[in-house]
Amino acid sequence: MNVPTNAYLIFSALLFAIGMAGFMIRRNVIVMFMCVELMLNAVNVAFVTFARSFGDVAGQVIVFFVMVIAAVEVVVGLAIIVAIYRRRESVSADDASVMKG
Amino acid sequence: MGKWVFLIPALPAAGAALLLMTRRIREPLAGWLATALVGGSFALSVAAALEVAKAHGDERRMVVSLGEWIAAGKFRAGFDFLVDPLSIVMILVVTGVGTLIHLYSIGYMHGDPRFSRFFAYLNLFAASMLVLVLGNNMILMFLGWEGVGLCSYLLISFWFEKDTAAAAGKKAFVTNRVGDFGFILGTLLLFANAGTLTILGGPGGGLLSAAPAMLTSGTITVATLLLFLGATGKSAQLPLLVWLPDAMEGPTPVSALIHAATMVTAGVYMIARLGPVFSAAPATMWVIATVGAITALVAATIALVQTDLKKVLAYSTISQLGFMFAAVGVGAFAMGIFHLVTHAFFKALLFLGAGSVMHAMNNTVDMRNFGALRKKMAVTWATWAVGWLAIVGIPPLAGFFSKDAILAADFEHGSAGKAIWLLLSLTAFLTSVYMSRATYLTFLGKARWSESEYHPHESPKTMTIPLIVLAGAAVLAGLLGVPKILPVLAHWLEPSVGEVHEPFGATQIVLLVIATVLAVAGIFVARAIWMGKNASERGDLLARLPGGASLYRFFENGWGIDPLYRLLFVKGGTAVAGALKWIDTKVIDGAVNGVARLVRGGGSEASKAQTGYVRNYALGVALGALLLIGGFVLVQIVTGG
Amino acid sequence: MKTSWPDILFFAIVCGIALGAALRVVLSKNAVHSALMLALTLFSVAVIFIAQSAPFLAAVQMIVYAGAVVVLFLFVIMLLGVDKNEDLRETLRGQRPAALGLALLFAVGTVGVIRLYGSGAPQAEAIALGADNVQLIADALFTTYLYAFEITAAPLLVAAIAAVVLAKRERPAKSLSESREDGSA
Repeated sequence: MNVPTNAYLIFSALLFAIGMAGFMIRRNVIVMFMCVELMLNAVNVAFVTFARSFGDVAGQVIVFFVMVIAAVEVVVGLAIIVAIYRRRESVSADDASVMKG
Repeated sequence: MGKWVFLIPALPAAGAALLLMTRRIREPLAGWLATALVGGSFALSVAAALEVAKAHGDERRMVVSLGEWIAAGKFRAGFDFLVDPLSIVMILVVTGVGTLIHLYSIGYMHGDPRFSRFFAYLNLFAASMLVLVLGNNMILMFLGWEGVGLCSYLLISFWFEKDTAAAAGKKAFVTNRVGDFGFILGTLLLFANAGTLTILGGPGGGLLSAAPAMLTSGTITVATLLLFLGATGKSAQLPLLVWLPDAMEGPTPVSALIHAATMVTAGVYMIARLGPVFSAAPATMWVIATVGAITALVAATIALVQTDLKKVLAYSTISQLGFMFAAVGVGAFAMGIFHLVTHAFFKALLFLGAGSVMHAMNNTVDMRNFGALRKKMAVTWATWAVGWLAIVGIPPLAGFFSKDAILAADFEHGSAGKAIWLLLSLTAFLTSVYMSRATYLTFLGKARWSESEYHPHESPKTMTIPLIVLAGAAVLAGLLGVPKILPVLAHWLEPSVGEVHEPFGATQIVLLVIATVLAVAGIFVARAIWMGKNASERGDLLARLPGGASLYRFFENGWGIDPLYRLLFVKGGTAVAGALKWIDTKVIDGAVNGVARLVRGGGSEASKAQTGYVRNYALGVALGALLLIGGFVLVQIVTGG
Repeated sequence: MKTSWPDILFFAIVCGIALGAALRVVLSKNAVHSALMLALTLFSVAVIFIAQSAPFLAAVQMIVYAGAVVVLFLFVIMLLGVDKNEDLRETLRGQRPAALGLALLFAVGTVGVIRLYGSGAPQAEAIALGADNVQLIADALFTTYLYAFEITAAPLLVAAIAAVVLAKRERPAKSLSESREDGSA
């Protein structure tokens, strides 16, 4: 595959931007979580790209760790969502705004 | 001299501690205990006196050291007691009169809810006064000096439920602070220049020899003037005399012990104690003599118009203290101390007599409501009469000898001394008039009280026995100082105050006669005014003279000293306090509150940024990411990447 | 090495699928659709990994992400019963324009930075990441990154316990003290 390094990085940047926009636009916490996953994947793509262009496997190892932590995060995050839903009967992030100053 | 001397102040101190710490000891045990302890001190004082009497010359001045108290650098202040003829005289008076007044108080304070506490304070006072008298350094003396001031405050406002009593206590305390400030400054000045505060012994031989040798005449004048300021506070001389009349709000035994016999004489004692130091400052000495003479006259004129029996005695005390200062001011320390002793006896007697009258008359003190009490209270009347004649100066009672010794001593000292003699002679005449007035209004003449309202009766034995003993002392004390023939006291004091110069010849006899004539004349003048046919309720000749009424008011107002102080210090102080309050509330609090308001306002503004919406916060995170990218680009551009 | 057009075409298709699916994740009214589109994006990224000589990561991506994570999402959506269409109208004033503006600026900024400072050249194929990929990663994981690897055990354990604790249904109408008393009794 002979595609310029920049192309991968630009793909990564756009994927990240989409995830970012989605996180800020959507109210549904579950979807917001998916957007977080999108951003994590965007970063993973960048890591893998750099690993290849520098010929260093360390970038791939970091991706591996990111995946582990992402899995952990999903587990805990979804558990929190379930707990919040039990209390509020809602998955809207805007409903959880008692910290308003 | 053994270390047991420390027991003299320690016994009453222990009594005070015991009575203050436990509430179990109640009437009358507390009173008897306190009396016994002071009596024990008296017995020990007699023993000390005998021991001193056995020694000769300079050996009569003994320093008893109980150990170090303060040691800092080259400064040393120990628990050292100076037992010498001068302090022996004082401790005998303090413990002797003190014991009698303790005894008297058992009867006088009968039924008071704070009976035990009263005796605790009295004991504490006795202990403090003994420390003051015996202390061989200025620090220890100051400890006692402040101790008696505290006790004075506590006892004046003993009946603190009464607003006037509480205020009088505060006034006494605050006025004394002014004097104490002088005392401290004078002490520090002495230390800075002489390098020691020990009175006798130690490096340089102590203050008595070091201070005159090492201080320049200017410094020693300033130092002694400052110490004299302390004396004017404690002994109620001009300009700090205002507190003593108000101090009569306290129980009468307190007035007798503290505000007549002992504490107020501390100033005189202090000057006599530091006699060589004061003698080295002639200017100060003249100030002392002049202040004493003027105070004596001023106080006598005020006493002339008082209607409150205790206030008459209070102003009389101020006046008599003026006599003592006039004596020590010309270097006649022995005469000053002699008058101090006789005055302690007859003034304590008069106060206790007044207390006995008040006891009989439901605590009335207005002489206009008395009269003809002679028949109802035989013992009180008889003892009062002794005190009255003693203070007036009728031979051979105590006052006659001591007062005339002072008059003669002042007459010796040039024209200025003669002027002082003139003032004091006039004062002696006025003394005779106002004391006779008080006597006539109280014990003689017609009864101006109704039988239905008052039931005057003789006081209990605990009160009359001290009166009788004191009356005996007032009769006999004069014999301590019969000039030429029997100068016991002067001779006794010589190791402490130096050789006493007491000439006796034709001049002195003439002076004696003049003084006696003035005293007798005073009695007759008073009799004419207050016992005569025209003697009205008020019965004041002065008020009937042309222009006399305004003079009368002037005297009645205490020469306007109190109103002047009220205007100067109370009003001035209130104004300053008001200004400071304004600064405090507006400027200081304003700054503090302003900062708080600023923070709170800023906080509530900033808290509006906290919308509580996660997605809003995410906007902030995104903005931060953008700024990072911007920063990266900026750095690249700047570094030329 | 010269740029080969078939490669670029393949890359463009995969990227297009990934970005399109990502957009659908954001824009779907139904959370179930979002989850499915997320799975598609994750597949596409796995393909990119393979193209980037990272077959091991591609496999993990498929199994862990596209498999476990997406299934977990779907599971929760179904469990909570929120698989209905939702109203996408914005309720917070100024939130949407600000969000879109910031995202756009971010995209422009990062792409600009990549264009300015990145390398336009095709990738070198200098290292054989593909062939011994699993061994290489294993070497790194169990030597250089051994401690980090072992520490990941801790968050995994915490997550497992936390999920149980958080998702546990509390017994209603019983205060904490009462339940304590129950425990002691």
